[in-house]
Amino acid sequence: MSTEVVNEIKEQEYFINMGPQHPSTHGVLRLLLSLDGEIIKNVEPHLGYIHRSIEKMCEKDTYKMIVHLTDRMDYLSCHMNNEAVCLAVEKGIELEVSDRVKVIRTIMSELTRLSSHQLWWGVMGMDLGAITSFLYGFRDREMIIDIFEETCGARLTMNYNVPGGVMFDIPNNFQKRVKEFIIYFKKKLPEYDDLLSNNVIFKARTEGVGILSKEDAISYGVTGPSGRASGFSCDIRKQHPYSAYDRVDFKEILYSEGDCFARYKARIDEMWESMFIIEQLIDNIPEGSARETTRAVIKLPKGEFYQKVETARGEFGVYIISDGKKSPYRLKFRSPGFSTLNALNTMAKGSKIADLVAIMSTIDLVIPDIDR
Amino acid sequence: MIREELKNKIISFGIEISFPKEDETPFLTLSVNPTHLHQLAKQLKEDTSTSFDYMFCQTGIDWLENMEIVYHLRSTSHGHEVVVRTQITDRENPTVDSVYDLWKTADFHEREIFDLLGVRFNNHPDLRRIFLDDDWEGYPLRKDYVDEINIVEL
Amino acid sequence: MKFDIYDFSVLTKSIHESLNSMMGETAVMISEMVIVGIIFLTLFAVLGLILVYVERKICAFFQQRLGPMRVGFWGTAQTLADLIKLLLKEPLITKNADKFLFNLAPFVLIIASFMAMAAIPFAKGLHAFDIDIGVFYITAISSIGVVGVLLAGWASNNKYSLIGAMRSGAQIISYELSVGLSLLTIIVLTGSLQFSEIIESQREGWWIFRGHIPALIAFIIFLIASTAETNRGPFDLAEAESELTAGFHTEYSGMKFAFFFLAEFINMFIVAAIGATVFLGGWMPLHFGALESFNAIMDFIPPIFWFFGKTAFIIFLMMWFKWTFPRLRIDQLLTLEWKYLLPINLINILVMAFFVLMGWYF
Repeated sequence: MSTEVVNEIKEQEYFINMGPQHPSTHGVLRLLLSLDGEIIKNVEPHLGYIHRSIEKMCEKDTYKMIVHLTDRMDYLSCHMNNEAVCLAVEKGIELEVSDRVKVIRTIMSELTRLSSHQLWWGVMGMDLGAITSFLYGFRDREMIIDIFEETCGARLTMNYNVPGGVMFDIPNNFQKRVKEFIIYFKKKLPEYDDLLSNNVIFKARTEGVGILSKEDAISYGVTGPSGRASGFSCDIRKQHPYSAYDRVDFKEILYSEGDCFARYKARIDEMWESMFIIEQLIDNIPEGSARETTRAVIKLPKGEFYQKVETARGEFGVYIISDGKKSPYRLKFRSPGFSTLNALNTMAKGSKIADLVAIMSTIDLVIPDIDR
Repeated sequence: MIREELKNKIISFGIEISFPKEDETPFLTLSVNPTHLHQLAKQLKEDTSTSFDYMFCQTGIDWLENMEIVYHLRSTSHGHEVVVRTQITDRENPTVDSVYDLWKTADFHEREIFDLLGVRFNNHPDLRRIFLDDDWEGYPLRKDYVDEINIVEL
Repeated sequence: MKFDIYDFSVLTKSIHESLNSMMGETAVMISEMVIVGIIFLTLFAVLGLILVYVERKICAFFQQRLGPMRVGFWGTAQTLADLIKLLLKEPLITKNADKFLFNLAPFVLIIASFMAMAAIPFAKGLHAFDIDIGVFYITAISSIGVVGVLLAGWASNNKYSLIGAMRSGAQIISYELSVGLSLLTIIVLTGSLQFSEIIESQREGWWIFRGHIPALIAFIIFLIASTAETNRGPFDLAEAESELTAGFHTEYSGMKFAFFFLAEFINMFIVAAIGATVFLGGWMPLHFGALESFNAIMDFIPPIFWFFGKTAFIIFLMMWFKWTFPRLRIDQLLTLEWKYLLPINLINILVMAFFVLMGWYF
């Protein structure tokens, strides 16, 4: 064979469609991979398989209806999504909710974050081939979901927030159950480390894989635990404290490595911090009304309202442009997954197919959040 | 940097800007002509006293008489935030310079705005529809988009 | 052995003689082959059913759940129900698949494991094919299985399958070395490749106890390498459901998929049986030198139980690995073999040979 022919054969790339139905894309995401053997040359995400045009729907809906749509975006951080819209609307109608509501919202947010991270941890193990972790994660998540069920009647899409407060007051044994859960989970979280974090194979699979530099993290807008693992200080709870975050003490988890293991550790540490926040608040829920009465159809004054919250995946922003009517003129959701997915190619280029799976699970994508 | 200082600093760039809605919004808002947009964005990012290195939101709005693109910027080192707005008067064929070279997150955000509002971004490396099919007709987020089957009027 | 009632050669001999009295030499040979074949087919199916059930139960208990509970007592008939489901499923073939190779591949795999089973000694005198190069025969035959995997991956006309098959090829060819060399470490002690002699040489004690540290190292390497060779977790890269959906058998359905599934479990049984035979004394009971009464009690347990007990122990270890560890990446897998296991193994053989030369083993 002439050298020309040999080169031609060598340079032949091939393409693989990962998704829309694939076990590790966590939903209907389609990745077009260009491969050279097992080495990834390029990752091209194709979106829109579950795009429901929520932003367009919002232009026809009243503000109270919009809250319910936000559940369907990042369903694992539904409470925080609800909260973002409610806070923006409350800002618009200049309504100050009671301290009780603020504390309840914060506790529920942190519980939601915990449940989201537990699910992520289980799925992460499964993506790397350790299926047992999946069941462990779900076992512990079940306790939180049960608390949710007792509090607001729903297990996943909770719709607990309404503009002006929360839908119902917390049940009598809410505090007892949350405290029980914290005691239980403090024993179980070290188990997570035993099973995965300290495992040699797990470390080999994640350390030094999918590195995202701090500059890239900022430029791509990778927020949440994924961004903080690269050293990008982006915790909204610290920068723009909302609800009761200004009265609790917690630390922002920052790592500098930016690899899969740092992202993994950031989430594990965040679980400890969440429990710490809940512990500070659970015994000090102030008395007060759980819900301020608002008009049946809220009309926001003419103007613009931006509210960001920290969901389990990062910075979630609601940008309401109101023209004084009962529904917004334009509503934009800044979803964390959308920006994070943008950086996938930078992280995955040059690594192996198996690494892509590890990267995909450490950036913790929820596809409805991306597609909106 | 407090709001007033930031405002003076940005004025000192010498780019033609205006400050609409002075006290209405929590962020300092500035409005710029689309032709100067990229120049201003570059200054905002690269000047060390402003250094807006993180764009957390990019929104397109259809105002019926014009198209508006809103950039929410934040400086990770100084912690201040600014909103840059630009109005594109040609609503039928809106065009503006891409800011992908400054903030990479603009890649997806601009593709989304192109997909749903039909704003073209010059110098964008890969301007394609992101959510909808390539042969989709019209731009759904425009106010005059009609879909009798799927859009329910209240 | 004190209890000769456990010696199956009495039974087999009597069958042989009675057959001889009935018909000619060729007919006896053919009918004996048929009998052995039927017994092995039955064993094959029964083992498959039991192993799938056991795997599901063990996995369930590792994951703090119950596993199958509905069909039969404690779900014991679940695998039978699954089998019926698989039998009734439509065998799909992808449009541009190479139909001949696609249909051939599962049979290559299953025939390879079927042939390897022949050389396994189940108990004293219960041994279908006591060839004098038994260990060599088994290592040779079990590597034919990879041809089936490669064919399946190639013929499916699916890139995931092809990647899976290529991974599997690289993996099995590499780990074959370690399996062979770790067995060779014990062969240095026994001086024979024949399974019956290997077992006979462990009458005084199992090689894992008598062979000092080198034997222990060889056993650990054997466990790792044989897990890899059977494509089981944490070395299940060829299937890697989170990366390649199902790897080389992505496109298979119904009974052909069941063949791959069955072959995987039978292969696991085979390597466990070899491990039990070579390292843990096969059907030999546990003996401690001077403890006469203890040895007598151990002798009372029939050898077939010893054999299956030891095999089950190794199978349990392999399942334990699978349900605990995350999966390796392909380059890490090959690094583990070529940079660690292989050099350690080679040195280990030298050390073992030196021990044997000096007579430093029990």
